[in-house]
Amino acid sequence: MNAILEMRGITKTFPGVKALDNVNITVKAGEIHALVGENGAGKSTLMKVLSGVYPHGSYSGSIVYEGEERRFKGIADSESLGIIIIHQELALVPLLSIAENIFLGNEQAKYGVIDWSLAYSRTKELLKVVGLNESPDTLVTNLGVGKQQLVEIAKALSKKVKLLILDEPTASLNEKDSDALLNLLLQFKAQGISSILISHKLNEISKVADAITVLRDGGTVETLDCRAQAVSEDRIIRGMVGRTMEDRYPRREPKIGEIILQVENWSAYHPIHTHVQVVKNINLNIRRGEIVGIAGLMGAGRTEFAMSLFGRSYGQNISGRVMLHGKPIDVSTVEKAVANRIAYATEDRKTYGLVLAEDVRKNVTLANLEGVSKRFVIDEIQELAVANDYRAKMRIRSPNVFQETVNLSGGNQQKVVLSKWLFSDPEILILDEPTRGIDVGAKYEIYTIINRLADAGKGVLMISSEMPELLGMCDRIYVMNEGALIAEFDIAEASQEKIMHAIVKSGRR
Amino acid sequence: MDTRTADELQVSQPKTSWMEFIKSHFRDYGMLLSLLVIMLFFQVVTNGTLLRPLNLTNLVLQNSYIVIMALGMLLVIVAGHIDLSVGSIVGFVGGLAAMMMVRWGFDPVTTTIACLIVGGLIGAAQGYWVAYFKVPSFIVTLAGMLVFKGLTLALLGGMSVGPFPVVFQRLSSGFIPDVFGGEGFNYTALFLGTASVAAIIYFSFRSRSNQLKHAVETAPFGLFLFKNGLLAVLVIAFCYLMATYRGLPNVLVIMAVLIALYAFVTNRTTVGRRIYALGGNEKAAKLSGIKTERLTFLTFVNMGVLAGLAGLIFAARLNTATPKAGLGFELDVIAAVFIGGASATGGVGKVTGAVIGAFVMGVMNNGMSILGIGIDYQQVIKGLVLLAAVSLDVYNRKK
Repeated sequence: MNAILEMRGITKTFPGVKALDNVNITVKAGEIHALVGENGAGKSTLMKVLSGVYPHGSYSGSIVYEGEERRFKGIADSESLGIIIIHQELALVPLLSIAENIFLGNEQAKYGVIDWSLAYSRTKELLKVVGLNESPDTLVTNLGVGKQQLVEIAKALSKKVKLLILDEPTASLNEKDSDALLNLLLQFKAQGISSILISHKLNEISKVADAITVLRDGGTVETLDCRAQAVSEDRIIRGMVGRTMEDRYPRREPKIGEIILQVENWSAYHPIHTHVQVVKNINLNIRRGEIVGIAGLMGAGRTEFAMSLFGRSYGQNISGRVMLHGKPIDVSTVEKAVANRIAYATEDRKTYGLVLAEDVRKNVTLANLEGVSKRFVIDEIQELAVANDYRAKMRIRSPNVFQETVNLSGGNQQKVVLSKWLFSDPEILILDEPTRGIDVGAKYEIYTIINRLADAGKGVLMISSEMPELLGMCDRIYVMNEGALIAEFDIAEASQEKIMHAIVKSGRR
Repeated sequence: MDTRTADELQVSQPKTSWMEFIKSHFRDYGMLLSLLVIMLFFQVVTNGTLLRPLNLTNLVLQNSYIVIMALGMLLVIVAGHIDLSVGSIVGFVGGLAAMMMVRWGFDPVTTTIACLIVGGLIGAAQGYWVAYFKVPSFIVTLAGMLVFKGLTLALLGGMSVGPFPVVFQRLSSGFIPDVFGGEGFNYTALFLGTASVAAIIYFSFRSRSNQLKHAVETAPFGLFLFKNGLLAVLVIAFCYLMATYRGLPNVLVIMAVLIALYAFVTNRTTVGRRIYALGGNEKAAKLSGIKTERLTFLTFVNMGVLAGLAGLIFAARLNTATPKAGLGFELDVIAAVFIGGASATGGVGKVTGAVIGAFVMGVMNNGMSILGIGIDYQQVIKGLVLLAAVSLDVYNRKK
């Protein structure tokens, strides 16, 4: 089989940092080539070199595509040859229709006048190929993330793609949508379209990839061939982190005590569509020293439940009762929830978790400024001591606490968010997707922190879309679907199959 | 407290040299430096008129109301909003003060208190829509600008109203009397100047030693001495010059106290910190338990009170209230805050920056007037300076 792409000896330096160091990667025609590595290993930089975001001359090494050496000056150059990249953060205009988005910058026009009937009919064809059953004039904002991803792919197809690059395409998809997407890749493969798949989800990679290139610290570690024999997840992880991961989840001896938090008949309605009940009559409890999981598909209402509980930050017409140590408490505002020692660490740390322009110190103390001030005056020295303390305890990797959080990696940002909530001294911590978008090594550190919290006698409620993570961490798992809790498993009896089964069964009703 | 952390910090912070420190704090020093350069320039081209005691006094009197409003505007802009109505509030409150004292016979003290309250109420009325109804502040205050411009005209019946009682005029034209009874030289001015220098130096030494104790990044000692020394020389020289004329204007003292107060509030208090968090990321601030709506509301109330105070000072200075008072002030105030390095998207900005920005505008106004440059080209030049200052800032931030 011929190689469609060969990148040889790619080295790219930024001031003070060598982002890529002599990287080699060969993608054969018609294969799915996975690119894996921890955050910061250089995956995205490599793809930016390939697509021309970093133009020829800003890196050393050569790119051979379809048998010729290429010198891309910009994305337009690489796109014209059929190299299309789909970024993790989707680049769609929410208030334009599917058809308008697909042909954005590539309008079906004659003399500047758009031929809408042509655009619509071509959009329909493309949507059929990707298996998206929507009208071309539906606004993108009305689609879920999974469907938006499909629109992006349809857009790539409209440009006669030969090499499709997907950066973390399934990061925010539920399992059903992820499967559909992976099947689509396999279908493209059958049609001779090659793809490069960047993903943290190793199970998906072992499902579809023909070859895997592992990057670590800006260099190529190895390329694994999956055609000869299956490559295990542990094998890939070993390449990524440079050591074997004995256990992906740190061990802990649960010491579970009395019930701390009890939620009774909790319901909430959609903030705009007032008749839609998003959270339906939830009853749950969390005990001292216990890690309780909520499993469910994307859109099951888990985040909505957690946020409605935390100071009515989501929804309206909220009803139900919350009891702490058997006494009803008022959680109607965030301030009151925090005062009642409940904390919620968001799934979306950039939008809801951090003030990115401010430094680590100011973010850590934000939820409990009273803790470092007398009357209304902040004691800067005490604040600094607190921030330094958390920086050391949580191993936040930054030059110092005066580093703006926008400059930190995902894992370190997450540690700052956790520090903020730990400093508010909660008894109950609600962690929403605490390891989303974080690399394997940092995940382990976050797990260790969570275990330490439980050992310290706090109750942890953990929401996660990664079932192995819940199974590896929790003592008890609730399953949520369509806004309601549909099952509860003790960890001893829980399994991925049982959870999926419960979800499928409740969906059928 | 873990002792390791302090050690770790020290390790990670090698001694910074002068140049490195200035480079990394360019934004802090750059503003002050450009103000000094502009002052020097006009001092030379006006043959020394700029820094004559009489002109210096005028400079302070002319700009006091802009500086005072810039303090409130800074908070509004840091919170992620804008207030276009302040010029109209100045006019309206000035007019109200005139009517109360001249036509309705209220005494100056009652009038002053009432006018500040009215300013606060106007701010509250606007802040209510912005904070609780989420109407964009640009729209709300644009409406406020029209409404209060109209109400000023209606209130004054289209006429100028004055003059004011002498006590009220002193707000703007009065000076701190000399308790030492010096003749031709106001010892009180020099004394107050020296005392404030001593206070500033005491506090900056205290915070520096505190910082050193806790291994915070500090300016190199030489630079620290230089900075404080320069500040001391400038303040004392300024007070000396003022002392050879009539001493320190009352307005200057009000202004200095307000600047110190707002610098403290923004740097050291929980309210200040929360305003920055609100402007930096409203959603995160809200989910951290900050009452974002109330905070937004309060920044507008504060702005209203300060605009009211500015209105009183401006009216007292002219000794009459006219329907045109305050026209276009909002532009000078907003320009001052942005020249001072605030970000239009919120979350970033400093009190010292806004004050320096106001004086950059003020010195240019004053200097160009002395040079006899017409109001037409003055505006052109001011506009270009605003654009240049902010583009430089944007460029620096990208680097």
